[in-house]
Order: sequence, then structure tokens, then C-alpha cells
Amino acid sequence: MMKQDNNLLSIENLVLYFNSHQGPVQAVDGVDFVLNINRAVVILGESGCGKSSLAKAILRLLPRNAGAYSGHIYLRGNDIMTLNEEEFRQNIRWASISMVPQAAMNALNPVMRVGDQVSEPALVHLGVDKHGAIALVKKMFQHVGVPEDFISRYPFELSGGMRQRVAIAMALVTSPVLVILDEPTSALDVLTQANIFNVLKRLKKELGISFILITHDIATSSELADDVAIMYAGQIVETGDAGRFFAEPLHPYAKKLMASVPRLHGDKQPDFISGRPPSLINLPKGCRFADRCPSRYEKCIDDPPVIMNNDRKVKCWLYS
Amino acid sequence: MVAVSQEIDKEKNVNVRKTVLSVDDLHVWFELKRFGFSHAGYVKAVDGVTFDIYNGETIAIVGESGCGKSSLLKTILGLYRPTTGKIVFEDKDLSELGVKGMHWYHSNVGYVQQDPYGALAPFMTIQKILEEPLIIGGIKNKRDRFQRIQKAMDEVKLTPVGDFLDKYPHMLSGGQQQRVVIARSMIMDPKLLIADEPVSMLDASVRVEILRLLSNLQEVHNLSVIYITHDLSTVSYFSERIFVMYAGNLVEKAKVRQLIDTPRHPYTMALLTGTSEPDAKNAETYKDLPPGEPPSLVHPPSGCRFHPRCSRMIAGLCEQKTPPDFEPDAGHLVACWLYQ
Repeated sequence: MMKQDNNLLSIENLVLYFNSHQGPVQAVDGVDFVLNINRAVVILGESGCGKSSLAKAILRLLPRNAGAYSGHIYLRGNDIMTLNEEEFRQNIRWASISMVPQAAMNALNPVMRVGDQVSEPALVHLGVDKHGAIALVKKMFQHVGVPEDFISRYPFELSGGMRQRVAIAMALVTSPVLVILDEPTSALDVLTQANIFNVLKRLKKELGISFILITHDIATSSELADDVAIMYAGQIVETGDAGRFFAEPLHPYAKKLMASVPRLHGDKQPDFISGRPPSLINLPKGCRFADRCPSRYEKCIDDPPVIMNNDRKVKCWLYS
Repeated sequence: MVAVSQEIDKEKNVNVRKTVLSVDDLHVWFELKRFGFSHAGYVKAVDGVTFDIYNGETIAIVGESGCGKSSLLKTILGLYRPTTGKIVFEDKDLSELGVKGMHWYHSNVGYVQQDPYGALAPFMTIQKILEEPLIIGGIKNKRDRFQRIQKAMDEVKLTPVGDFLDKYPHMLSGGQQQRVVIARSMIMDPKLLIADEPVSMLDASVRVEILRLLSNLQEVHNLSVIYITHDLSTVSYFSERIFVMYAGNLVEKAKVRQLIDTPRHPYTMALLTGTSEPDAKNAETYKDLPPGEPPSLVHPPSGCRFHPRCSRMIAGLCEQKTPPDFEPDAGHLVACWLYQ
């Protein structure tokens, strides 16, 4: 693959399986995608399609039952999969790539002041003293819109939206180049959600950070997306530029997904996708969406290749 | 003023449709205690809510968390007692119903919970879960009970029924669990269904399916439905009227299209701004949102409760006097001084 100058992260054939009694769970099964500097890619998919596992695989946050784990993750051209655990911890995790995990607002330590929690990654990774770390925290709080005097408060004294901002500040305090957001707003109210996206947009502009946004909420994902990747049953089935994707998705699954979004204006009734995604343990042969696909034909019994369609990639026989 | 708006409501609709439930100037306050005994004020979760719901009508109550919508719902379900105000169901005042009367009431009101997995007992099979309300409802014949279970499961499309009867909730997908919850709420053949964010825990692709199921049931049984949500985009497919709730009050009541196309209350406008539609252009602009957060319900702001966050506040009026319901368009009620 070409390594261009503005290329930040490129993932090639990333695989992460989990061991289970019934056999390996193929949560991430040969994922490829590229992310450029100061861009945001949205990874969209239903629950259980492996999108959170993909985030864990990138950050090497593997649970105990992790099985096969292979592929290449190039961060600015260097393959971080070849680093050993200690190098990865020191140089990559939180130093270069950080993450706002799912339901992060409820993951804050209830007996620690939020300022101390946010300063912790800075103390560990940047080698600053307590004073310097607090100064950094103040700067980050300003970026995410948390009043400075909240530093000495405990999480229970903050509203959900404020706690989510604190969790984002915690991911930013070490000035990483890439932040992975796993469903950052799914538990929040409409206005809080919109506010958080305003904050994320501003961070992208002011700090030049890149984002990987993992979500199942297509409508709000468009608030941040430069690129879109659609994930289905452990694989990425379509990638492309957000403008063109939202105007006209290519893959039949992506089309169905877009049609299921309820809209405020217009009379178009939303549709739903019949059937359920396949189990990641017993995956069907050939195209994994074939069972639920309205436009399947003979060819779909074979695994479709990734096909280039005007700069967009789609894993579907229809475009061959 | 509240009475006036009620008159208007009634004049328009009473000859057409029968009122199923009417809520009249409802207040639900929770006492706060300091050190367990001395009085320390009230949480005014519901503070003067009035509305009627007609036979076969779906209304949506939209509001953010902490606006009091759950307290309103639990009071309607009879789980909380109103501090003042009345709830009248089919011409019977809830506060005057005895134990037997409440039994009758509960068999006429179905409740669909937000989190299906949390609402289903993990140690009971689907059959037992659906049988329980029938046993409590006094249906003694086992065969009758089984027939009704089958009918209810059929209606929510949990078919073939035999495949599900002996399963436990954890064996089902989220969508199927929510179907069980809906089947349970429908099993006593209620007249009113209260759905508390029935799809917020489900995947986008399943949401539409469940909403369609609810709206089918509503049509087939001529149900009245109170649909509680914070997501305005799902409302338009399902409801006739929307009530917007803010800090314990209903601030705007209107027909769905009226409210979405011509919102009147600044808070409703903000909610609509905050709701995204899938469009790549969204990423290029910031949204213009009201500052701050919803107020504490212990010491709500004086006058209009939205005034500290409102960009169109009228100084000297909004912070002093509580706005009554005005009617800028026919049938469109809004509690905002801009429309006096």
C-alpha cells in the first residue's frame, strides 16, 4: 500500500478472534482501512458486528480470551503490531492513540476528583510533575468546555454531559494524534449530544486531531464524518467519502441501513432490515449479508472481492 | 389559564372522540429531607401538567432526562401518588379507586419499559412471564391462559410460538425481548398503553420494526398510546400530537407536523436543531444551541423555566411571570410570552 505523507493510520488485514467453547468468535476478520491526518472516519454497524472489538484491536486492549490477533497497523508508516507490550504501552497507547470507551461517563472513578483522574495519563506518559499536569488539565477542560473549577469536584457532582466531556479531556490530555470514540453520545440527551459534537468538531479544527468514531447512530455520525466505513459481521463492506456515502450508499447493507434512519422532515417511511446478523462463530460462506440481501444472485455464494468504484471501496459482487 | 386551554382542547375534540385519560393540573413533588427527618424542600418533578388523551390516539411526550417525564408516567401508572391534581381514567378518579379498582385500572393500562432485558425476570421462561399478569388478572382456566399467551405472541410476531415459550430472556435478541415486553403489556387487552422510550436501547435497524409493531397494535386494538421519548425523529412516524416537556411543565402541545414544521417554543426549536439528519454537510457547521443545562427541579428558575437559557427572553417579563398557554395557531398551544 502507498504510504503518502498525509497518511496517519493504515490498517491492513487486521484480525482479532476470541476463543469460546463453540469455537473462535471472528469479531474482526480482515479489516483494511486508511485514515489521513486531521480526518474523522465513522465506523457504522449494528451491535455485534465487531466495531468495538476493532477499537480494542487497534489499541491492543485485548481481553483474556483473545485468540488469533494479526495483521498490520501502520501509524505514520511504522507497523505498531511489531512493538512489544512495553513499547506499545509507552509510545502508542494514550501517547499517540487514546480512546473514549463506551459509557465513559460512568467509568470515572467515583472516589477521585475529576482533575486528578484527567491528570493521571499526563503524569504517566509525559513525565510532568503534579503542577504541570494540573495546568494541562485546565487547558484541556477549556477545550472541551468544562469550567475550570470543576477540577476539584467528584464525578457524582457533574451532569452526564459534563462527565462525558471530562472523559474526552482524559483522552486528550496527552495530546494524542488519534482519538477513538466508542459510542461517545449514545447515553446522552439530544441537546447534550449536539453539544458534544460541537466540542468534537472544534477539537478537530483547533488541535488537528484525527478521530475514529464508532457508532450505530447514522444521523448523528454525520456531524463529524469525513469518511465512512460500514462494518458487517466482522468485515468492512464499504468505505468512502462521507459526502458521497450519505448521498448514495453503494452496498445493499449500507442502503438498508440508511433507509432505516427515521427523518424529521419528508414523508419517506423508514424501512427495517429483516433477519439478524449472522453469529460470528458460524459465519456463512460467501457474502455474509447474502441471507438478508434483497439483490442477491448466484455469485453471492462466493466471498465478494473488494471492488473500487470511483474512489470508493465496496465489497459486493454487484459492482464487479 | 390552564382551565381555558383545557376548554379549548375539549371544545374541539369532545364531540369527535371520547377522552380515555385526562390529567388535570398534576403536581408530583418529592420531599427532600436533611439527615433523614428535617424538611429541606421539594423536588418538583411534575409541576402543573394538564392534558387529555382520546380514544385511539397516540401522543408523544418529548423531553430530556430529568425533565420529569418518568415521574409523570409513573404517576399515571399509579406508582406515585399525585401531590395535587387529578388523573381521571374513563370518568373514574384514580385517587378514589380502592384496591380492587386499581386492579381494574392496571389491567386496562399496559406498560412497555425502556430496557427490555431489565424488565424481564431472568429466571422465568417466556411462557411464565406472559402468564403472570393473567394469573394476577384472575383468569383461572389454564387453557384460556395458554390461548391468550399464544394470541399475544402471535400479535407481536414471536412465531413460531412453540420455539419461544420455553426460552429464557437472555436467549433472545434485544428486539425479541422487546416483543415479549410488548406482548406482556398487551396481554390483558388494555385500553391505554404507556411506552417509555421503547426503542432507545435497540439497534437502529430494529427500532423501526418495533415502532411499526406498536403502531399496528395501536390501529388494530384502537389503543390510546402515550409514547415517551427524547428522540424527535421517531415521533413523526407514530404519534398524532406531541407534548414537549421542560423542567416539570409541558411547554408546547401541537399536532406532530405542526410542531416539527413550525415549532413555536424556543426550547422546541433547540431540540429540533439538536436532532441530526444524515447529511455530510452537518460536519461543516456548528449547531446553535442554548447554553447551560436543564435546571434543578428543587429550585427551578422563576417565571418561565427556560428563561436563563433562552436567547429571545423578554427582560422584565419572562423571569417574573410564568407564561400561560397561548394559542398562536389553531390547536397549537405554547407556554411562551413571545406569543401573548
